[in-house]
Amino acid sequence: MSVGLEHYLVVGALLFGTGLYLALAKRNFVGVLMGVELMFNAANLTFVAFSRFVESAEPLSGHVFVIFVITVAAAEAAVALALAMLVYRNRETIDMDRINLLKW
Amino acid sequence: MDDAGSVIAFWLLAALTVGSALGVVAVRDLIRALVLLITSFLGVAGLYITLSADFVAVAQVLIYAGAISILLIFAIMLTPRASRDNAETFLQVPALLLAGLVAFTIGFISLQTDWPIAERGGFGETASAIGEALLDKYVLPFEMASVLLLVAMLGAIVLVRPEGTPEE
Repeated sequence: MSVGLEHYLVVGALLFGTGLYLALAKRNFVGVLMGVELMFNAANLTFVAFSRFVESAEPLSGHVFVIFVITVAAAEAAVALALAMLVYRNRETIDMDRINLLKW
Repeated sequence: MDDAGSVIAFWLLAALTVGSALGVVAVRDLIRALVLLITSFLGVAGLYITLSADFVAVAQVLIYAGAISILLIFAIMLTPRASRDNAETFLQVPALLLAGLVAFTIGFISLQTDWPIAERGGFGETASAIGEALLDKYVLPFEMASVLLLVAMLGAIVLVRPEGTPEE
């Protein structure tokens, strides 16, 4: 019994689904942010798995792409934290269903 | 990847990663959810090692399990009067349906497609090759990433500066 590309892709699909559910359904802003990070992780895992298994002239390009994704994820997390602080300062909550100033 | 060690390591790490990701959904306390999320990040780093991606695995531990989880801890600690429960909004059922559908679709396509598998085996040490690629072929995205990080840092500082701070 050997482990191949499909195993990693299925793990990535499960991680992505979990992250998508967290990002869509969680009430707390930090919970939503955790979901986004899980989706980043699933995409990165898929990149590295393709880089390892699939025929390519430059197989390490997948690793370089993952490094860039991690960089952008770090920038995104810093800005998201700042936005959460701003919302908290104005509204005293970071619950997604209570941030409804734009709702008519 | 046929040897028994790699197979056992894959199944253990996959179970750890997916299990703690599901735990983030299930646990009712935000701090505990965060600890499970860090476990999931470390599991993904282990999966990178089984894919012989040593540099990416170390970057994963340093940046995800280190920096980003610290940022999330800050986000929880700096909002002390917000609720700490990990509850769902009224969108729980449609979100569950959509997430299940997306995961099923990706998994189904992954299993059905006939991927062009290369029999080249694992990589050796990848850090030097990645470093050369970053400063040779990918030097423009590399520089743009540094600008992006600078802009994100300045933006975060400007956003959270208390109102009324004197401009200097």
